[in-house]
Amino acid sequence: MAVNVMTSKEVTKKVLNREALFILDVRNETDFHDWKIEGENFEYLNIPYFELLDGIEEIIDKIPTDKKVLVVCAKEGSSVMVAEMLSDAGLTVSYLKGGMKTWSEHLEPVKVGDLTDGGEIYQFVRIGKGCLSYMVVSNGEAALIDATRMTDIYLDFAESISAKITHVFDTHLHADHISGGRTIAEKTGATYWLPPKDATEVTFDYQPLKDGNNVEIGTVKINIHALYTPGHTIGSTSFIVDEKFLLSGDILFIDSIGRPDLAGLAQDWVGDLRESLYKRYRGLAENLMVLPAHFMIIDELNDDGSVAEKLGTLFSNNHGLNIEDENEFRKLVTENLPPQPNAYQEIRETNMGKINPDIDQQREMEIGPNRCAVR
Amino acid sequence: MNVTKVVDAKGLACPMPIVKTKKAMNELESGQVLEIHTTDKGAKNDLTAWAKSGGHELLKHEEEDKVLKFWIKKG
Repeated sequence: MAVNVMTSKEVTKKVLNREALFILDVRNETDFHDWKIEGENFEYLNIPYFELLDGIEEIIDKIPTDKKVLVVCAKEGSSVMVAEMLSDAGLTVSYLKGGMKTWSEHLEPVKVGDLTDGGEIYQFVRIGKGCLSYMVVSNGEAALIDATRMTDIYLDFAESISAKITHVFDTHLHADHISGGRTIAEKTGATYWLPPKDATEVTFDYQPLKDGNNVEIGTVKINIHALYTPGHTIGSTSFIVDEKFLLSGDILFIDSIGRPDLAGLAQDWVGDLRESLYKRYRGLAENLMVLPAHFMIIDELNDDGSVAEKLGTLFSNNHGLNIEDENEFRKLVTENLPPQPNAYQEIRETNMGKINPDIDQQREMEIGPNRCAVR
Repeated sequence: MNVTKVVDAKGLACPMPIVKTKKAMNELESGQVLEIHTTDKGAKNDLTAWAKSGGHELLKHEEEDKVLKFWIKKG
């Protein structure tokens, strides 16, 4: 029987279409429990490849023959080996091209809306890691917000829609993934904007982003309004695009809120976080569409693969926006926090320009889920 | 430490470091020590888990110039 290849794009389609898939994950148990491919109708079997070196007889009865089977490992090599063994035993299976390494890097562009006077806004869903970045396009000009290090994907996408990237923003200094903002700005000549309070230690030039800044994109003047919303980091800034979309960075997510501890100052920033969520956001129009910088669980995805919800809906449904008692709020965001993202200190230093890891090191640093939220 | 055998798996990608380690371990007697060199970062979690499930003891590991070194005592 044949060994087939499945790409991250094909797996993404199965996630979004809620298709059934049987995943034989042959990584070690620790890595599997830490982070795996999530899908509503996915079934899993985790047997490390090193338990299968002498043969797959012990697991062959556990592999279904009535649904698609995908063998997954960290970088592909072991999944090919196991897939071939299963194939020799008469099964038809696929392996994931590039393994979890490639899964972590896959970006799926989804259009999330039209702008008033022409133009559109796209969300780039990093499905394997839960990171979201944005491209605002108007009349041949584009702005990028919270771009990942897979910079070619944005550059190629902009070219495919004949748009020139003129402005690049990061809502804050990221701790879970390496920003592609600086590289894209260098390659395109775009202006790179950062909140100055997050950028005190950066080693490169940037344009300081301040509360009330307005940046216009395209000849049809799409307004990007910066709103200072500290809490996840001291500089965290939200954007209101075209008076329709609220890019909330890592402050507010669909089913969770930002955590204040990744720069080491949880107790100091919890008050800022509350002020941002309970006062500043309360003053905004409820029909703004919230577009966060992350999702944490696959349930936060809409049917079209986008991650977006009206602010008013979040005010009623998001638990983190509905905690009356300040002490209870403080407890939620400072105690029993999930583990911190892998290598978050090194990632912050990379984003400051203090260290320059090579591509393999960058991949290694970004392994795992984003973990920027608390629920 | 009295090392009986050294496995050089530098430059090899997963699953080869463990395939070679397993083969070398089969030739050892219980209580003897195998030293493994690899450049595959994934090997750390994998070798640890493999040693545990096989009843071997991971004595120590260290990193030197991007080469990961492991010492495993056969169980």
